[in-house]
Amino acid sequence: MIGNTLGIITLIGGAFFLLVGSIGLIRLPDFYTRNHATGKSDTLGIMLVIFGLMLIEGFTLNSAKLAFALIFVFLTNPTGTHALTNAALNYGLKPWFKQQTGKGGSRCTGK
Amino acid sequence: MHKFFLYYSLVLTIIIFIPLYRVVKGPTIFDRMLGAGAIGTKTMVLILTIGLVFNRLDMFIDIILAYAVLNFIGTIAIAKFLGTEKSKE
Repeated sequence: MIGNTLGIITLIGGAFFLLVGSIGLIRLPDFYTRNHATGKSDTLGIMLVIFGLMLIEGFTLNSAKLAFALIFVFLTNPTGTHALTNAALNYGLKPWFKQQTGKGGSRCTGK
Repeated sequence: MHKFFLYYSLVLTIIIFIPLYRVVKGPTIFDRMLGAGAIGTKTMVLILTIGLVFNRLDMFIDIILAYAVLNFIGTIAIAKFLGTEKSKE
C-alpha cells in the first residue's frame, strides 16, 4: 500500500519533468539551449518513472529488469545528447547571444 | 489503479505530441534529430505504462530494453555522420 502511494507520487513527478522538457524543447531560442533543456529533464523524468514502477512492482524479477533499464538510460541518454552537441559544434553551428548587433557579437567562443 | 494508468498513458500521449512541432519546423537538422530522440525517450515511458494497463509488464520491459538500445544507436550514428560534415557558410 505504501509502495503504491510512493510509486504514484514518483510517477506524477516524472510526468511533470517530461512535460517541462517538452515545453523547453519548443520554447527556447537556440539548438544548444534546447539540447540542455531536453537532455537533463528527459533523463530525470524517465529515471523517476522507472523508479516509481520499481516501487509499485516490489521485489520481483521485473523490478530487477527495470533496474537494468534505469542504469542503461542513466548511462546512454546524456551520452547521446553530448554526441549530438559535439557534432553540431564540429558542423559550425553558432550559439545564440543576447545582443546580435555589434562587431563580433555573434562569434562562436568555442574552437 | 488500472484507471489511473489509463489516464496516465493518455497524458503521456499528449506530452509526446509536443516535440513533434520541433521535428516538423526545426531550423537545422540537429533540431529535428533532437526532437526525434525526445519522442523516442518518451515513447519508452508510454510502452511501460501500456504494459501495466495490460498486466503484461514482463513482456513490455524486454521491448523497452530493445527500444532504448535502438534509440541510442540511432542517435550516435546520426551524430557520427553529421559530425564529419562542414557547414556551407
